[in-house]
Amino acid sequence: MYTVVKKRALAEAIVLLEIQAPDVTRKAQAGQFVIVRQRHNSERIPLTIMDFDRQKGTVTIVLQAVGYSSQLLTEMEEGDSLLDFVGPLGQPTEIRNYGTVLCVGGGVGVAPIHPIARALKDAGNKVISILAAKNKDLIILEEEMKAVSDEVVITTDDGSYGLKGFATHGVQAVLERGLDISAIWAIGPMIMMKSVADFTKPLGIKTLVSMNPIMVDGTGMCGACRVQVGQETKFACVHGPEFDGHLVDFDLAMKRSAYFRQEEAIALQKHKCQCQKEGN
Amino acid sequence: MVSKLPRHDMPRQDALARRNNFQEVALGYPLEMAVQEANRCLQCKKPKCVAGCPVGVDIPQFIQKIAEGEFLEAAQIIKNKNLLPAICGRVCPQESQCEAQCILGAKGEPVAIGRLERFAADYEISQGCCKTECQAPTGKKVAVIGAGPAGLSCAAELARSGHEVTIYEALHVAGGVLMYGIPEFRLPKAIVQKEINGLKDMGVEIKVNQVVGKITSVQELLDSGYDAVFIGTGAGLPHFLNIPGENLCGVYSANEFLTRSNLMKAYDFPNHITPIKVGERVAVLGGGNVAMDAARTALRLGAKDVYIIYRRSRTELPARAEEVENAEEEGVKFYLLTFPVEILGNENGNVKGMVCLRYELGEPDESGRRKPLAIKGSEFEIPVDTVVVAVGQGPNPLVTMTTKGLALDKRGTILVDEETMATSIPGVYAGGDIVTGAATVIQAMGAGKKAAASINKYLATK
Repeated sequence: MYTVVKKRALAEAIVLLEIQAPDVTRKAQAGQFVIVRQRHNSERIPLTIMDFDRQKGTVTIVLQAVGYSSQLLTEMEEGDSLLDFVGPLGQPTEIRNYGTVLCVGGGVGVAPIHPIARALKDAGNKVISILAAKNKDLIILEEEMKAVSDEVVITTDDGSYGLKGFATHGVQAVLERGLDISAIWAIGPMIMMKSVADFTKPLGIKTLVSMNPIMVDGTGMCGACRVQVGQETKFACVHGPEFDGHLVDFDLAMKRSAYFRQEEAIALQKHKCQCQKEGN
Repeated sequence: MVSKLPRHDMPRQDALARRNNFQEVALGYPLEMAVQEANRCLQCKKPKCVAGCPVGVDIPQFIQKIAEGEFLEAAQIIKNKNLLPAICGRVCPQESQCEAQCILGAKGEPVAIGRLERFAADYEISQGCCKTECQAPTGKKVAVIGAGPAGLSCAAELARSGHEVTIYEALHVAGGVLMYGIPEFRLPKAIVQKEINGLKDMGVEIKVNQVVGKITSVQELLDSGYDAVFIGTGAGLPHFLNIPGENLCGVYSANEFLTRSNLMKAYDFPNHITPIKVGERVAVLGGGNVAMDAARTALRLGAKDVYIIYRRSRTELPARAEEVENAEEEGVKFYLLTFPVEILGNENGNVKGMVCLRYELGEPDESGRRKPLAIKGSEFEIPVDTVVVAVGQGPNPLVTMTTKGLALDKRGTILVDEETMATSIPGVYAGGDIVTGAATVIQAMGAGKKAAASINKYLATK
């Protein structure tokens, strides 16, 4: 059993769960993900790793309640257990000294950016991190990111904190200083990753994105997670989850991600009905 | 003579009823029918059927026991050679193995060996017994990677020989393709788990959620005290066709489609949360057993029209005749000598149809089957909402790409000594789809068993 040893609310509907999983922790690296299954009838959900502590034997994940399964996961409390916790999966981020790098996290995408920024910093890079969210309340993990970055830039859509604008505005603001940026990691909502990649493509700056497509087994068997990268079809679970953002077909990826939206709504509705019944 | 009796058909669910449910189609022989069928066996002095069995089950002996009403003894005789008989009795292609060799088949119909095997195994399960005896502990430890047919049969044989066996399984449940691939209506998952429980009773430890290649490696297993390792990691990345539109929404690999339905029980959505979507018209590309499973699953999930789309003709269909017949009875339609060149989508990126070409058969190719040749200008459209691609898969890369010194062929399958199943690394053996590419359950079980015999010899020298 994989027990939740710590739970922390990061923002409205966003929680951090620290989970006891010593075997996974032993091998986890920045950029990798885990698959979790909460109960006997649950889906297998891929989640990117936010942190790992080899001494404590824990892996930390961050979740936003959007569909049924993520809703249920955010309702877990300390002491509760997950039925299945599989990993570390996928290819780790290629960490080396690139020079000066940007780590851009949008929304809950800040969570998977965190271990990448830390590893890049440890490898000697100058790390400038950009945290983007709709508003101040939705900026997460600011302190943690400051601890692993040389500088943190904040942007909010409504201007309630930091620069007013999207993640791309943050990237633009940093680039305007005339810095020589060797590589950019951008993780967050698909539309945000696409915008950053579109922005950096004409500038010729290497931009890596982390795809989180629909998966089932997550071990290279089912092919649900395929992503169109240039002329090739790649499987995010074994070839990714990181890909060259300039080659990913985001429009197709967004459509594929939306394929089961109707079913997600049905499941969520059923859950709400059950909660109401139990509440009565 | 008793052998003049016709072969007994196994009772099956009515075709119209069964296409709407996931319960097992073939119902098994009732007791009297099993005895009658067993009495058809001529008890040949030199039985050819045994030679046709990849694991060498003493077929006439167990059939004799059924004829005598000694059903538990019959099961024991099978289990001497095959510890997973309820599974094999259901999914082995007996018509091309043991039954193909049966002497009665020359002039009439062979003894229904597979059905009798299933009967004996189910009888034993219904009686809630019996534990398989293991030899005295040897103190040797073996790690088996993958709890599919190859790994399970290897583990069972090794446990029986007295070794301490641990299986590392990537998924959350043991069984491999028996759980994720073969549908409930052909192989009930409760039966699979009961046979696997038999292994646990023999002392086999099964660790689930362990993706070897990620959480640990073959080398680490050897370093951590295992005396030998068996790799049975099976199928990997599904093949697609490299045609336009293949990544549209509504295009599944057969592995994904079947895994959703079988392993994740999406047919019971929303009681089980994993969704699956089929439109009114479903095209399944390919003509093998997996294609038949996908097509019949699509019907049960509510599709109105399900088509098997296959490039060659009926004669070349690689699926078992029985499965083709089952599919047809249930209403699956066959578009033969036809294959798509493009999948068409609507503005939301959902499948709306396929452009297909018609084919004719030319000279035999290297596989010995007549080669399909596209007929120029024969393009036509088929409107469909869902496409399931069932054209096979490559070997799983996770273990092979993380094991230094492991010799592979150019397809990425593991190279082994065919006699011993030994790989290029001392103490490391392999078998099943990871060695042969996609094959049958019983071939994988045979390979696992063969490897276990070699591992036994190897451990005796250590």
